[in-house]
Amino acid sequence: MEKKWQEMTSDEKQEAMFQRWMSPKDLQGNDIKFQSPQAEKAYKERITIIKDAIQMKKLPNRVPVFLLPSFFPCYHAGITPRDAMYDYDKLNMAFKKFLLDFEPDTNLTSIGPGPGRAFEILDYKLYSWPGHGVSPNASYQCNEGEYMKADEYDALIDDPSNFFSNTYLPRVFGALDGFKMLPALTGILEIFGVAVNFVPFGLPPVQATYKALFEAGAEALKWIGAVGAFNNEATSLGFPAAFGGFTKAPFDTIGDTLRGTRGIMLDMYRQPDKLLKAMDRLTPIMIKMGVSAAQMNGHPLIFIPLHKGADGFLSDEQFKKFYWPTFRKVMIGLINEGVVPFPAAEGRWTTRLDILKDIPKGKTLWMIDQSDMAKVKKTLGGVACLAGNVPSDLLKLGTPEQVKDYVKKLIDTAGKGGGYIVCNGAFFDEVKAENLQAMVAAAKQYGAYKK
Amino acid sequence: MAKDLVKTLADLKEQEVMEIVKSRLSAGDDPLKILEDARKGMEIVGKRFASSEYFIPDLVYSGEILRAVTELVKPKLSKTTESKKLGKVVFGTVAGDIHDIGKDIVVFMLDVNGFEVYDLGVDVPVQKFVEKIKETGAPIVGLSGFLTLAFDSMKQTIEAMKAAGVRDKVKVMIGGGQISEEVRKYTGADAYGKDAMAGVALAKQWAGVK
Repeated sequence: MEKKWQEMTSDEKQEAMFQRWMSPKDLQGNDIKFQSPQAEKAYKERITIIKDAIQMKKLPNRVPVFLLPSFFPCYHAGITPRDAMYDYDKLNMAFKKFLLDFEPDTNLTSIGPGPGRAFEILDYKLYSWPGHGVSPNASYQCNEGEYMKADEYDALIDDPSNFFSNTYLPRVFGALDGFKMLPALTGILEIFGVAVNFVPFGLPPVQATYKALFEAGAEALKWIGAVGAFNNEATSLGFPAAFGGFTKAPFDTIGDTLRGTRGIMLDMYRQPDKLLKAMDRLTPIMIKMGVSAAQMNGHPLIFIPLHKGADGFLSDEQFKKFYWPTFRKVMIGLINEGVVPFPAAEGRWTTRLDILKDIPKGKTLWMIDQSDMAKVKKTLGGVACLAGNVPSDLLKLGTPEQVKDYVKKLIDTAGKGGGYIVCNGAFFDEVKAENLQAMVAAAKQYGAYKK
Repeated sequence: MAKDLVKTLADLKEQEVMEIVKSRLSAGDDPLKILEDARKGMEIVGKRFASSEYFIPDLVYSGEILRAVTELVKPKLSKTTESKKLGKVVFGTVAGDIHDIGKDIVVFMLDVNGFEVYDLGVDVPVQKFVEKIKETGAPIVGLSGFLTLAFDSMKQTIEAMKAAGVRDKVKVMIGGGQISEEVRKYTGADAYGKDAMAGVALAKQWAGVK
């Protein structure tokens, strides 16, 4: 008899998650049919080498190769980033062309650009997107601000959901202003006085907010239908998706989009205890966010974009006190549920390596940007699979020969003994297509392990 | 005798700084002398940042303390002080890119090191750089960018300087997350800075400061 999920060890859970990834299903839960026996074989082989690289138990057949750009597929297919956010046929055309032109081992999926019209309906203020605050030909970018005020930590800690619905979301989405008037749903208990809680839903601003939500929801549904269709098609062609979802390190959750960089850095001085308490409060929420996405999508890899822990952003002491403890807890929480945390250490993290390596072996995958790769291999690489370090400037300005040489060297150093995936280090937009071809070709040419 | 404002500010003791400033003001101390001490304190903060004793949170916090000090002192100022500046620098994040954290740090470091910085903000059109260079006669220009698309914006900005006949009159430095020597060559900039300290060193070199 199969073991119940709760009775499994984290090793068994991870194995079960990889098995689910091997047997792909569509959103309705039906098995996805492969277009050919070769496609099915390629799909399973790809997952097998990724799994072997991550688990570090045996040498994979060859070094896998990922390509994880941001808006590159649009430029490559001759559409603008704006097109990709407003015309889902063009979106899928571009991302399919990207996948088939370069044939990396995972499908980036077309989820990145997002539905521009839904953001418009919601009057989304946190980001500027192509044609809406930045040029139609640029990628979307975050508008930093203090969307949570310095004196709102208690509200966040007391009831994060209520703080999000009634305070944070109305600030970030103009159309959700009516949420400010919502009751606390935990007040709905018994018949006496219960109707009082429904009064706000009759108010015009609240009704206008719900109307916007319905419209944005309808647009998002249309969008996910397109994104899902392409994902299934890519799977049927033999390309597994690159991630099952994402979550964040609590310091970045607060520092990126709640308090902002300036805000969180002042809090480190003025109210460190509240900041620490709020990060503790958000930790189980960040774990649940990653675990439920992995479960829903049947995919073990959960992406964690790391931002404010990079070298230079914090001192090592500040990193150890404010960044690392809750980030590590999030990773351990994911690992305990069979999920493989996939943090992206953008920029340089060379001074953090001795701290980062305090994690269980064979359970994580790290996207490395400009950190010293030989040092990373010696430290973090002893316990974790590494991906990345192919630099954006090389991909944009170098020659295919230079890219090949770089990848070969990476395979020699970082790929030694397994535990490495060829990948770009940061999310690029415009680079030379022939350099990406060279990158994938080099991974396949030099990446085979002699057994 | 009240504690030393220079040292207290350099050590980022916000409350003590505010107490010192208030007591010095009520004792009738010259507001200009208070601001001068604050400036000296900030200079030490900059040095500590350059030697990796301080990091970005410490810079941000020091800037916040200075702002509060200035607010207290300003109403008491009868005349403004013209402190001698090392040179003018025009600075901004290039067109299409709205990232400002890196730019702000370099601007801050240039400022505490005595440069007069014209910060044009983010997503700055090429023409705006050219106009500001002409208007101020600044001999140093800093172009910041985080995205790969910034490489092209930097190149275009420098080409626009050439077209407007000001390229020969300025030294241009570039910087940002993915910037390297290869990117410098591509854009036609004079130098690139790996971090804020490198940017300050370049500006000092170009301004002829030791």
